[in-house]
Amino acid sequence: MTAGTCKKFFYAAVAHVALMLAALSPAMAATAQWDVDQLMHTLAKAHAGQATFVEKKYVAVLERPVESSGELSFTAPNRLEKKTLKPKPETMLVDGDLLVIERGRQKHRLQLQDYPELAGFIDSIRGTLAGDRKALERTFRLTLTGDAQRWILTLAPHDAGVAQSVQQVRIAGSRDNVRSIDILQTDGDRSSMTIERVTPQ
Amino acid sequence: MRRVVFSPRWRVVCAWLFGAILCGIVIARTTFTTDLSAFLPTSPTREQQVLLDQLQSGVVSRLILIGIEGGDAPARAALSKQMAKLLRSDPAFVIINNGEPVHSQQDQAFLFQHRYLLSPAVTPERFTVAGLHAALGDTIDLIASPAGMLVKSLLPRDPTGEMVQLFEQMNAGNRPRQMHGAWSSRDGARAILLAQTRAAGFDTDGQQLAMAQIRHAFDAAVQQQNLAPASARLVMTGPGVFSVLSRQTIESEVTRLAIISTLIIVALLLMVYRSITALALGLLPVLSGALVGIVAVSLGFGLVHGITLGFGTTLIGEAVDYSIYLFVQSRQAGAGSAEQTRNWVTQFWPTIRLGVLTSIAGFASLLLSGFPGLAQLGLYSIAGLISAAAVTRFVLPHLLPADFRIRDVSALGAWLARTVHYAPLLRLPLIALALAACVLVFQHRATLWNAELSSLSPVSRADQMTDARLRADMGAPDVRYMVVVTGAEREAVLVAAEKVAQQLAPLVAQGALAAFESPTRYLPSRATQQARRASLPGSDLQQRVQQAAAGLPVRSEVFTPFLADVTAARQRPLLTRADLDGTSLALAVDSLLFQREGTWNAILPLTASAGSSDGMAVAPIRAALDAAGQPNALFVDLKAESDHLYAGYLREAILLSLGGLVGIILLLLWNLRSPRRVLRVLLPLAAAVAMVTAILVLSGQRLTILHLVGLLLVVAVGSNYALFFCGSRTDGADAGVILPQTLTSLVFANLTTVAGFGVLGFSQVPVLQAIGTTVGPGAVLALLLSAAFSIQQPQRPDRIEVE
Repeated sequence: MTAGTCKKFFYAAVAHVALMLAALSPAMAATAQWDVDQLMHTLAKAHAGQATFVEKKYVAVLERPVESSGELSFTAPNRLEKKTLKPKPETMLVDGDLLVIERGRQKHRLQLQDYPELAGFIDSIRGTLAGDRKALERTFRLTLTGDAQRWILTLAPHDAGVAQSVQQVRIAGSRDNVRSIDILQTDGDRSSMTIERVTPQ
Repeated sequence: MRRVVFSPRWRVVCAWLFGAILCGIVIARTTFTTDLSAFLPTSPTREQQVLLDQLQSGVVSRLILIGIEGGDAPARAALSKQMAKLLRSDPAFVIINNGEPVHSQQDQAFLFQHRYLLSPAVTPERFTVAGLHAALGDTIDLIASPAGMLVKSLLPRDPTGEMVQLFEQMNAGNRPRQMHGAWSSRDGARAILLAQTRAAGFDTDGQQLAMAQIRHAFDAAVQQQNLAPASARLVMTGPGVFSVLSRQTIESEVTRLAIISTLIIVALLLMVYRSITALALGLLPVLSGALVGIVAVSLGFGLVHGITLGFGTTLIGEAVDYSIYLFVQSRQAGAGSAEQTRNWVTQFWPTIRLGVLTSIAGFASLLLSGFPGLAQLGLYSIAGLISAAAVTRFVLPHLLPADFRIRDVSALGAWLARTVHYAPLLRLPLIALALAACVLVFQHRATLWNAELSSLSPVSRADQMTDARLRADMGAPDVRYMVVVTGAEREAVLVAAEKVAQQLAPLVAQGALAAFESPTRYLPSRATQQARRASLPGSDLQQRVQQAAAGLPVRSEVFTPFLADVTAARQRPLLTRADLDGTSLALAVDSLLFQREGTWNAILPLTASAGSSDGMAVAPIRAALDAAGQPNALFVDLKAESDHLYAGYLREAILLSLGGLVGIILLLLWNLRSPRRVLRVLLPLAAAVAMVTAILVLSGQRLTILHLVGLLLVVAVGSNYALFFCGSRTDGADAGVILPQTLTSLVFANLTTVAGFGVLGFSQVPVLQAIGTTVGPGAVLALLLSAAFSIQQPQRPDRIEVE
């Protein structure tokens, strides 16, 4: 009975999780030659990671950004958990095709494949972690700037479903370490997440 | 001519025919049923009344769970959508839910427009400066979460987050998994749909029609999807489906078993009699008994249950005994046919009469049962046995042709007599066995009886498994627990339901309950609506919002739409049921809030928290109800209630059977006038009952109420054997010998009984199977034991005259 609203809610949620995935990819900078292929290759070597995050959201109706923080954990190939501790406890888990969101007593489960545009989006991020450039380019145009010490990967969606809500994703890192994920939404609101790795590989 | 017409024979035949025609007329006007009515109490308690309402016409009874199996997931989802589309336009269904967002737009519009009347968070405190500050803070926190993308657009109109409140309240509990836009089982192997029929659960015809429509829609969908017909499979379950399946099973089983047992008995009798006339005459008492039995139940109860009819087939096994006794025993009595019959009447009839009276004493106790099914069985048996015996005694002798002769069975009689001569040798082993049986039964006394009503369900195990599987898939509330609030007025019922809901809410928060539903969520009482509307501030709201926003990262100008919405809400009239039309909420309210026989009922279904699969702790719920202080609110555990009901029947039936036993003892005492002889008659029967019970226990069965009826039948049938072996007469004449012809008649009678009841043992209907597996072995054991413990020795073999 509330499917429409829930759907929007889940789109938002899934979009977030997808971007979280990207953040937890420990990477390794090894060679002087630095291009997308090299980055993919480096990120692909990740197996598991723990991190803390601080996320700031800049929303038009609010004068100041709202902040949330918590923990992230990733297990290769496709399990990601985002545990928000502040301001309200909340858990979000993506495992394979299953997405589970828990907030208070509410627990929602859904299948990514029911939301094709989001599934494509997530698969693209997984593509990043897996170093699968082909999967990424199915949804995004990739632009890499900087060097191994300080790189920025910009994802601009060319998939219509993703492009409806997301204008651009910018992932910044240093060697094998993803430091931040910035998402710019089509309505002008944006979020910026900084990530601190807890257990280096 | 006159002499012929008024001869005793013709008078008797005319009387019988007249009686048969009368019976035919009554039966033609009789209502036959296979629904639950046989198992429902005639004077229910309040809890039982809730159970009955729910079983007969509650929402629960109208649900059909549908599963689509086979094929791949996208094909199943497509079938589900196609089926749902077809069924939604079918007037036989009120709701078809397969996870598609059919009503979501109307529902959301309704909720949003009336959020200030519906949200439980709307109180005067919430709209004070402090309350608003806290609510705004919560909403801003939510914006920080992943759900923020949704909430941020609502902030200007709904800054206190009333929509979030409503969603959270409604999304509690489990929902099925979504795959390709339709519900699927958790493992993804089935698409699932939920249908609510317009027909009530007790309307088996209506349910059958609904099932046919579903099957039709499925076939049509398969065709439209261009699928191979074998690639997808439809499964259905639900209370209505069970009724339909039960009816089909009972009907087909009763017909099949009646035909089989009749064939076996006819073959047996033909083999013995070698005469069609004798066969036809022999079946006359059976036919009469069955007719009168049905008529008696029809007149006594207003309707006849299918189970009673099924039981009727078993009566063939007992009633046919009487004519066997007449035909076989009268052969040994003398020369001419008329004289033979007279001799039989003086020599054997008293014993048979006592046997019939003993059976009646046993069954009479069942008449008092509060379990209508059992009372019907009792009346049917009594009327049937009396008529069969009376026809044997008063009609049959007049119909026997002058040269009536059946096959000479004296050779068999002689052989039997020789065999029985040695039967007493078995006494010691049989006593040992009987004692062992008693010990075994005593050891299992705690688990002897099955106190669950479901043990009587004619639904097959496979169908029950399908039901459990689909229910688990649906994550549906198992609708086992509910609170029912009743009252004369809708408003009063809503007010009481709100008080109950208020007490239940903390239980959900504590996790004692997973969730509960209430009609007041969608249609609060007028009092509550008024209170909520009165909580909304007037002209000073703007000022309050400005103060509340202080210190929060938001400008108060953002909330201009909020001010307009609140002003509009203050002027809007209260919600009525009509406002819900066009939303799926209307159906929810109608199923949870309804008027029956002048009384309003509100149902609050409770969902037990996960992990408490084997019943939930009811103490907190009862405490919550006490705290709500609503005398008209009743907590009902439907499963416990039905089991309780059945356990009550069972207890009562056991007591009544014991009462019947006392009746039998008194009857025998009065007739035999010797406690020793009574003991002689009863001992073999008691031993037979103990042994049959032990056999059932050893084969892993737990006894149901129908096993008890079976044991009563063992006593009823066995009493004839025991009486013949012990001699019923008190004058001592003929005492000490049992004639070979009598033995033969007993063996034939036993064979027909075993054939009649034994067939039931192979039935799929537990009720009939229970009787079959009890009476079949029981009758054999009763005969064997009666022979072994007989005080009358058969004529010594060397003295038997061979004709």
